[in-house]
Amino acid sequence: MLKLILNRLAHSVVVMLAVALIAFSMVAFLGDPISNMVGQDTTVAERAALRENLGLNDPLPVQFVRFLSHAVQGDFGLSYSLRVPVSELFAERMPATLELSIISAIFALLIGIPLGIHTAINRDSFTTQAILSSSLVGVSLPTFLIGILLILIFGVMLRWLPTFGRGDVVMIGGWSTGLLTSSGLRSLVLPVATLTIFQLTLIIRLVRAEMMEVLRTDFIKFARARGIRRKALNYRHALKNTMMPVITVVGLQLGNIIAFSLITESVFQWPGMGLLFVQAIGNADIPVMVAYLMIIALIFVLINLIVDLLHFVLDPRLHSSGAN
Amino acid sequence: MFKSFSHFLQSDLVYNFTRSRVAVGSAVVALLIIAASMLAPVLSPQNPFDLMSLDIMESNLPPAWESGGDPKFLLGTDDQGRDMLSATLYGLRISLIIGVLSVALSLLVGVTLGLVSGYLGGIVDTLIMRVADVQLSFPAILIALIVDGAFRILLDKEMHDRAAIYVIILAIAASGWVQYARTVRSCVLSEKGKEYVEAARIIGLGPVLIMVRHILPNVMGPVFVVATLHIAMAIIIEATLSFLGLGLPPTTPSLGTLIRTGNEYLFSGDWWITIFPGAALMIFSLSVNLFGDWLRDAMNPKLL
Repeated sequence: MLKLILNRLAHSVVVMLAVALIAFSMVAFLGDPISNMVGQDTTVAERAALRENLGLNDPLPVQFVRFLSHAVQGDFGLSYSLRVPVSELFAERMPATLELSIISAIFALLIGIPLGIHTAINRDSFTTQAILSSSLVGVSLPTFLIGILLILIFGVMLRWLPTFGRGDVVMIGGWSTGLLTSSGLRSLVLPVATLTIFQLTLIIRLVRAEMMEVLRTDFIKFARARGIRRKALNYRHALKNTMMPVITVVGLQLGNIIAFSLITESVFQWPGMGLLFVQAIGNADIPVMVAYLMIIALIFVLINLIVDLLHFVLDPRLHSSGAN
Repeated sequence: MFKSFSHFLQSDLVYNFTRSRVAVGSAVVALLIIAASMLAPVLSPQNPFDLMSLDIMESNLPPAWESGGDPKFLLGTDDQGRDMLSATLYGLRISLIIGVLSVALSLLVGVTLGLVSGYLGGIVDTLIMRVADVQLSFPAILIALIVDGAFRILLDKEMHDRAAIYVIILAIAASGWVQYARTVRSCVLSEKGKEYVEAARIIGLGPVLIMVRHILPNVMGPVFVVATLHIAMAIIIEATLSFLGLGLPPTTPSLGTLIRTGNEYLFSGDWWITIFPGAALMIFSLSVNLFGDWLRDAMNPKLL
């Protein structure tokens, strides 16, 4: 057990180091940080002094280690375009992204898993066909187009819901939340719907595929031969065994939702990390890009780690194999 | 060549294809769209690149059937007075070209790495697959954004605008090669032990020849399935990047840039600038996805 956990941890650390190396090479090889920090009238000597001060003349491995130690402390320097510490920018915007992503994930799961199970059990029913065809439409619709269509229908034509920003937010500690005001909640509806629809289609298809796989196995055939009632068979025996891969998928989807929220955020001008990142790319604002990359990588790695450990807790087969 | 073609016509695949209404329907729609976009210069009433033919007085006109519409512009005009029908056709053309080229590039890289990885095994395999694993844990759109961002830092604004189309192709290709590499690798692993490969090795053929001439033809089936679905994906990524303002410059009307322009006029009620390119994008990727889904099921009889 311990060995398995250590193994997973080591894997996570390697992934983070790889991402950090990519992020670092963006800082080190692309663009010149000095010319982004000083004005036109700075002399060559002053620039050279600044360069020496910042340690940009040190050997690359030394610089990389310094970059790592700063990154671990959440220090990514100043944003080139906004002249504010990057960590402050992200601290301010993280709640917006997390609220949007987590609420969408909950909706996508609550709707997607039952629909997936339904389509796997009643394979040829009319509702299944309807769900599957509409889910294919969902796969073919890019996220931003879903958002635009929702804005057009509910914002422009019906004028029911706000189409940009978060509305009024309330500060709780350092966390700004839109969940406690009516304008904040109303602002959430369309972005959440956009993200949910996109994820929903994937979850339905994955749950269905997994469930059908399980329904084909010998132990289900055997249970059927034993005369176990159809309902008990589907929900007790099959579903239990479907949940394993579904947890994996859900974990990966959660990471995807956070990443895909950057498109949703751009469509709805949602003041989250994704919008910040998109603007940073447009402005070639390296520190912000690097910080976003590292934060997203960290979220992905943590989710993967949790999923792996959950597997271990939930799947009794892994207990014995983990021991040797 | 001719013989192998008639052979192909008699295969199960073609038989199944003609019996599936979804497959035929989606293939016909996709081919029609491809044909229309390739014939854009002939079909479209106006050349949206020709600034002389544009009249700013004719901007933001609604489609012909709405009140205030001009019969000259069937689907209305955008903010520069470009005919939306022509712009959409030209936009489709650019999106399709980017889609096909980036798929070709990632196919080339992915298949090569997959072949090498699967056939040679050992440290090369571990190295390639580790990189693939790490990359696969990030969404394709994020990889494409980062590659694009790197080029934005590297090139100045004007140069980037001029090179935008190549940067995008590279960005999409960089985000897509893993799928091919993994598919090919797993096929190669199962082909490697077969007798024909052993026979080729015994008669003294080198590894490159065995990989390219003997194994490659036997692993291309799944690669085609991946490539078909990837085309829809690539076009969606291109549109997304351009929509975010990080793809093509507005002077080059791809579907994404058209939708982006239209988005700015959505609130004044000018829905047609966004909806027509959006619909073109959706119909095309839907038909390609439907066809790709069918192809996957048809080529992989194990899965139902």
